[in-house]
Amino acid sequence: MKSFHTFRPVLLEAAGIEDGFSIESYRSRGGYAPLEKLLVEKKPAEVVELVKSSGLRGRGGAGFMTGLKWTFLPKDHPGPIYLCVNADESEPGTFNNRILMEDDPHQVLEGIIISAYATRASTAYIYLRYEYPKSWDALQKAIDEAYEAGLLGDNIHGSGFSLNIYLHRGAAAYICGEETGLIESLEGKRAWPRIKPPFPAIEGAFRKPTVVNNIETMACVAQIARRGIEWFQSIGIPADPNNPRDPGSYGPKLYCLSGHVEKPGCYEAPLGITARELIEHFGDGVWKGRRAKAVIPGGISMGLMTEDELDTPLDFAGPGTVGCLGLGTAAVVVIDDTVSIVDFLHNSCRFFAHESCGQCTPCREGTSWSLRMLERIRAGKGRLRDLDLLTEIGDTMGMMPGSTICGLADGAAWPIKNSITKFRNEFEDYIKQTNPTGYMETDPVPALPIVTTH
Amino acid sequence: MIANPRILTDGMVARIESLASRYPTKQALTLPALHIVHDELRHVPLEAVVEIANLLDLAPAEVQDTLTFYQFFYQEKPHGKVRAFVCRSISCALRGGEQVLDHLCKKAGINPGETTSDGTITIEAAECLGACDFAPCMLAGSDLHKDLTHEKADAFLESVRRQNG
Ligand SMILES: Cc1cc2nc3c(=O)[nH]c(=O)nc-3n(C[C@H](O)[C@H](O)[C@H](O)COP(=O)(O)O)c2cc1C
Ligand code: SF4
Ligand code: FES
Repeated sequence: MKSFHTFRPVLLEAAGIEDGFSIESYRSRGGYAPLEKLLVEKKPAEVVELVKSSGLRGRGGAGFMTGLKWTFLPKDHPGPIYLCVNADESEPGTFNNRILMEDDPHQVLEGIIISAYATRASTAYIYLRYEYPKSWDALQKAIDEAYEAGLLGDNIHGSGFSLNIYLHRGAAAYICGEETGLIESLEGKRAWPRIKPPFPAIEGAFRKPTVVNNIETMACVAQIARRGIEWFQSIGIPADPNNPRDPGSYGPKLYCLSGHVEKPGCYEAPLGITARELIEHFGDGVWKGRRAKAVIPGGISMGLMTEDELDTPLDFAGPGTVGCLGLGTAAVVVIDDTVSIVDFLHNSCRFFAHESCGQCTPCREGTSWSLRMLERIRAGKGRLRDLDLLTEIGDTMGMMPGSTICGLADGAAWPIKNSITKFRNEFEDYIKQTNPTGYMETDPVPALPIVTTH
Repeated sequence: MIANPRILTDGMVARIESLASRYPTKQALTLPALHIVHDELRHVPLEAVVEIANLLDLAPAEVQDTLTFYQFFYQEKPHGKVRAFVCRSISCALRGGEQVLDHLCKKAGINPGETTSDGTITIEAAECLGACDFAPCMLAGSDLHKDLTHEKADAFLESVRRQNG
């Protein structure tokens, strides 16, 4: 395993290079040559095999094996097959896709072209969130350059393979990042996630076989094609030989560091770096010389790690061992010791109440109920009983208890359950101090009108 | 083609139709069409929804259903000449994003989600803008305002007033 001390950025290679976003710069760094070689030398199935045996896991949040997902496409399908590239990036704390698209759009495009070739997709849509106008311009310029260079369009370099890439603009809704919500939105509808199965690989966009992959996943595919499997597997945390279900955490990862650190930013490190190493080595420490109270390991849906859990490796398996939902998007948000965990949870609940698509009752009601309770607690009308009620709501919504269609509800529930478990004393103290006469109340109390939600 | 379009201009229709070959269905043009109209008019009135539906062979209710799902689109009246999204999600909130939002709204004399009476600016609370490395931040038009302070917010309002007053 490569240590982060000696590791040289690959995905972020273009950062700081003047005109790093141009096709000339990308080519001068070795870009597109791997694609051109691969179109001549490898059949699509061999490219699938390459990505599968690299062990690459999706960077969009779920960590599913990329090559394996591609093998779920029907064999010998007459087409069309679609590739949807997920650039909706809306998980609070996450901004690595933005940096990849703005600083090195051709790396992303090469990954897309290789992935489309492997999956035999002839159209790729990049679903880009509305809030990224710069990324839009950078990608569109890169796409135009790629067409001009014959890397896109009909019969690319005489290989018989044709591909068009189109940008599709979102409209500020988090749920469009969920893969089937994205597909519905692309089709022109409200972004209500679909019940799975059927999975998109069988029936996706426009009812055709579809692959949905994240922007960073695409960049990794480009680097695997350029540098090979051995290189990729020399970085990160190998599969646990005693656990046949652990596929390992290979390759470089873009960690987004924000919140209470001196130097927020997007940093590339081998999978498995710890939050403490990130904060100290890259972030120059917790800001103002303070202490971290808690750290989000990978976007707000993942819950919190406490200060004494900061040496947990941030690979796909690490955060789960300390009660977090997972690695998520590897967006590390530092919360210093002046922050009330009640305020953190209120912020989280408000986000999910705002972003629930409203399709499943447990999610729609659970997210807004938990927000109303947090509003009431912060207004000095909390009851100790609310903590059990909140936990109960958390336990009853999500795909994991089986009550909802998509994972947004799990992401909403996790911070509730996890922060109340880890910081129960702080919640209790807060409620007792702010509601000295009513904290033992067990009868229902009316909610406050919410004025801050929308 | 639409009979006597009243809201959609020829230019808008041409732009929508130029995207048709990208998608296997007409319905997929719904979001692009809404954006094209919204970009120019700063809202999509119901008449425009009907016209888009006619253009795309859809029921007006289908287009309206999509429009209303995305809170992004204004319908009854246009948003201000400048639309500012101030992030209130976790990384920005930790660095004073909510205070910046309050400050900005107070200075402009409106609540979050409202437009000033002269129509120059709409200020909205937004969820994570994907720029947490510059928290607290704001997106106004296509400009990202980074590492906001109350002073920077004041200067921003000033320049909006100067340019649109
Ligand atoms: C509520 C919700 C929001 C999501 N948002 C995103 C997103 O913004 N970007 C993303 O790539 N994946 C997001 N995902 C994960 C996608 O559903 C999907 O797993 C991913 O795009 C697959 O790409 P990958 O295999 O390359 O990671 C989200 C999932 C859920 C449940
Ligand atoms: S879980 Fe929530 S966000 Fe997901 S489909 Fe159901 S209501 Fe919508
Ligand atoms: S939390 Fe404000 S930009 Fe991400």
